[in-house]
Amino acid sequence: MSDATRIVIVGASVAGLTTAETLRAEGFTGSITLIGDEIHAPYGRPPLSKHVLTGEWSPDQASLSDPDELAALDLRLMQGARASSLDVAAHTVTVGDEVVRYDALVIATGVRARRMAGTRDLAGVHSLRTVDDVVALRTELGAAKHVAVVGAGVLGSEIAAAARKRGLDVTLVGRSSELRLGQVGTHLSSLIAALHRENGVDLRLGFDVTQVLGEGRVSAIVLSDGTVVPADVVVAAIGSLPATEWLNGSGLTLADGIVCDSNGLAAPDVYAIGDVARWRDDLTTAYTRAEHHLKATEQAQAVARLLVTGEESPAVVPFFWSELYGTKIQAYGRFPADEPLRTIAGEPGDGRFVAASVEDGRVVGVVGWNMPRDFRLARADMVASAAPALSSPITTDPIGARL
Amino acid sequence: MQITVNTSACVGAGQCVMTAEDLFDQDDDGIVMLLDDSPDSSHEAGARRAASLCPARAIKVTD
Repeated sequence: MSDATRIVIVGASVAGLTTAETLRAEGFTGSITLIGDEIHAPYGRPPLSKHVLTGEWSPDQASLSDPDELAALDLRLMQGARASSLDVAAHTVTVGDEVVRYDALVIATGVRARRMAGTRDLAGVHSLRTVDDVVALRTELGAAKHVAVVGAGVLGSEIAAAARKRGLDVTLVGRSSELRLGQVGTHLSSLIAALHRENGVDLRLGFDVTQVLGEGRVSAIVLSDGTVVPADVVVAAIGSLPATEWLNGSGLTLADGIVCDSNGLAAPDVYAIGDVARWRDDLTTAYTRAEHHLKATEQAQAVARLLVTGEESPAVVPFFWSELYGTKIQAYGRFPADEPLRTIAGEPGDGRFVAASVEDGRVVGVVGWNMPRDFRLARADMVASAAPALSSPITTDPIGARL
Repeated sequence: MQITVNTSACVGAGQCVMTAEDLFDQDDDGIVMLLDDSPDSSHEAGARRAASLCPARAIKVTD
């Protein structure tokens, strides 16, 4: 591993940039090429659907590093450059007309937003993945009155919250009858739904969008019960697709992402990290892919360290955070769907609590709701495999039963 | 070594406190509180690791 002198990274978002930073921090002196298909310097995505969408932050504030820090990495940054194929045997990546050789390759091409079918020619229909997406959406929200957000996941919830903060009428539509929140799944659905309703969102769960109306520009959407929801702007937050088309025929195993071992190895001298990667979890033997900023960061650090020092890193535990209407939600670990959450601090009814997911008598996940310090303590207890020892013991009644 | 924190970027994840509790704490909203802005070199590894794990990149460590 440590004899790699040319490391090529495809994907210049947080996973790609963190790989380059960690390689240098670990003392790598060879050449680094960072290839990104956007024209912008590396930026983070979590703020896009939060402070950037509300207008509190300029898009620049999502930037991941300043020009001096980027220059100090002494790398070749190829911007607006799209990798089109990989030859594992020859150790080359094709980028436009150029064939780039590598000793080790790190793939961090992420995902792309799934588009709503049949809306290609209709103005006012948006998705949100890139900084260009958020700039376009912000501009249109400035002139809009009624926004329909489609998607029962965390991105849909964050967009709805941001649009309400901008004072718009918001309808949030979900095909699922429950709202999901990252790895926490639907455990907090009723609490999130209550938050949306308290903040004036018209919540329509359990409905498909059967039609998007408008001539040239969207005017309304039609739900599966026939309801017509007027909308000047529609935002689709209906999931994403791993950006792996360029790897078809490369010999890498592609199955909703790039299949990797527990160190991110996908093929000899080829690694994949971040949203696009499906790493093996040695503990559960499952191959999992998750779209979380911190997971991308930690996988990047793990692969960079492995490349420089040959040392393997411990498994990455999923960590996720969101903020809705000022409510900070944080989650660490796993949340099996059939294990109800149990409070270990605070009270859901008071709008502040920490809850745990317990499997076979062990805490496997903790989630905090407006209780960041207690969440951190619960997380530390979980890491230390200690029983939760907070102010109140684990209650036997699940959260859902008390609402 | 100098440490600076950007409290307006902080998302309250608490990664820094988990990593280096002698340098960082959180207020009741979870926002970072810097306990020592110029610690001695024995804290450098912890400070740099905290900076590298901050999801908001709100911690800067300079020489």
